Amino acid sequence: MTDWTDPTQVTRASALEMADAMRAGTVTSVELVQAHLDRIAAVDGPVHAFLYVNAEEALATAAAVDADRATGAALPLLAGVPIAIKDVLVTKGMPTTAGSRILEGWLPPYDATVTAKVRAARMPILGKTNMDEFAMGSSTEHSGYGPTHNPWDLERIPGGSGGGSSASLAAWETPLAIGSDTGGSIRQPAAVTGTVGVKPTYGGVSRYGAIALASSLDQLGPCARTVADTAALHEVMGGHDVMDATSLDEPVPSCLEAARDGAANGLAGVRIGVVKELGGEGYQDGVKQRFEEGLDHLRALGAEIVEVSCPSFKYALAAYYLILPSEASSNLAKFDSVRFGLRVERDTIEKTMGATRAEGFGDEVKRRIILGTYALSAGYYDAYYGSAQKVRTLIQRDFAAAFEQADVLVSPTAPTTPFKIGERIDDPLAMYLNDVATIPANLAGIPGMSLPAGVAPEDGLPVGFQILAPAHEDARLYRIGAALEKALVAQWGGPLASLAPELEVAP
Amino acid sequence: MSTLSRADVARLAALARIDMSDSDLDRLSGQIAAIVDAVALVSEVAGQDVPATSHPIPMSNVHRADEVRPSLAPADALAAAPEAEDGRFRVPRILGEEA
Repeated sequence: MTDWTDPTQVTRASALEMADAMRAGTVTSVELVQAHLDRIAAVDGPVHAFLYVNAEEALATAAAVDADRATGAALPLLAGVPIAIKDVLVTKGMPTTAGSRILEGWLPPYDATVTAKVRAARMPILGKTNMDEFAMGSSTEHSGYGPTHNPWDLERIPGGSGGGSSASLAAWETPLAIGSDTGGSIRQPAAVTGTVGVKPTYGGVSRYGAIALASSLDQLGPCARTVADTAALHEVMGGHDVMDATSLDEPVPSCLEAARDGAANGLAGVRIGVVKELGGEGYQDGVKQRFEEGLDHLRALGAEIVEVSCPSFKYALAAYYLILPSEASSNLAKFDSVRFGLRVERDTIEKTMGATRAEGFGDEVKRRIILGTYALSAGYYDAYYGSAQKVRTLIQRDFAAAFEQADVLVSPTAPTTPFKIGERIDDPLAMYLNDVATIPANLAGIPGMSLPAGVAPEDGLPVGFQILAPAHEDARLYRIGAALEKALVAQWGGPLASLAPELEVAP
Repeated sequence: MSTLSRADVARLAALARIDMSDSDLDRLSGQIAAIVDAVALVSEVAGQDVPATSHPIPMSNVHRADEVRPSLAPADALAAAPEAEDGRFRVPRILGEEA
């Protein structure tokens, strides 16, 4: 049992345990927020998960929740539980940069819908987490503010683009975080830090106020250390929003109920498809081993394992790196020195724009904007962008056929455990391979989860297990994920994050 | 499909309004050409009679009620502008000397 008077134990509890303890009166929201702010002060120097710490407002929100609770007022499930928000979401009163120098110090004049939902859920916001610039990357090394370091090994990457969110969870700086996933930016960071992350069905969470990367691929989602916590946050974030025309007009999935069902009742009658193309060559031995062991657990829980083939997946990475840059080159045109952000003054507006964008954007953003400009240019459009859109149809057909044979599909989340900072920074194509298993879900709009599968025997670093479900069937991820998590946690003796080496604490 | 040259990258950067120094072009143009060569794999499906997908969950004619709602106040909209004057965004001149 958690000793709620011990700040270290407090930060290691799950979000749902924190919520229960507040309801039972054994801990206050102010105590929870203070324990996490103290933890951030103690370890975030070397980890660098946060770009901004929102201490004053978080404590004020917590105090208001505690006061309301003392009067016996009805409060939302996660009221008083602290949360971190990826810097891709606009937050009124907190600087928002999307990891780019071009937005340094920008104070947004409005809240994103998800920010507003977090506030309405009465959750204190601890701060904004680091990310690759405009979410372009798999390591956070492309952040304009320096990389985040993986709490499992500070010389290694925490994944990306949401490496700030994943590292903040693994470093016990927050129990919950928000991410965004365009090609794997929630799932791959979860995999390499031993945490959990979900990309919902496209349109399941409003993107109003999320700084757009690629509008046909982007989706916001929940990040946590347990499947049930992730489910509870998903229900806070989800739902229809008239401010986002791509938002689905349907009820929020019952994620938490599905997670409880999976953990309690096992998986008898569930068919699970292993995607042949997402494994084998190019996947690290320890990744394959832990994935196979995950399949053994699923079998033991009563599931039937079948192999499925998705032959068009071989084109997914290429199609993604045409569609994403094309959409990004258009979305990032708004950073033009006129309405917000950096301006590098020259004698005409055109020269000012060129100088501003040269200084404000990093190399990866420049590469992708130029690539997108090329792919959309006259004479090349059909060959590149047009073909990439055909690939998208083929991938959707592969998924449709696979889901005829299985209720969910599974694979390793990423081909390797976290690599060393700097190792792939000058080789964009090697960097892009990190997302080979996560990208197909974004191209098809389907939901996906990554949860810890263990540590690779050869390096002791975390491995992620990916579950994919048909569009609108997000609840299946939580049912299967919670069942697998329960079996693995019983084997490990606690959540995987608790097996990470202790971080050095600043005095 | 052809490989991108250094001059092509310079021209595309100008179209995208990103000034590039010689050292930027030295560093980036080879990388961009390599990415273009890799993504050209999609041309294998170019000849197939397959419809294009632009949006993962098809939707059309998304409407919402035509109601007056609060919106951003002009002062809030201008608050983060690099330069503003008389309730407007102020920018350097549009035309160069030669115009």
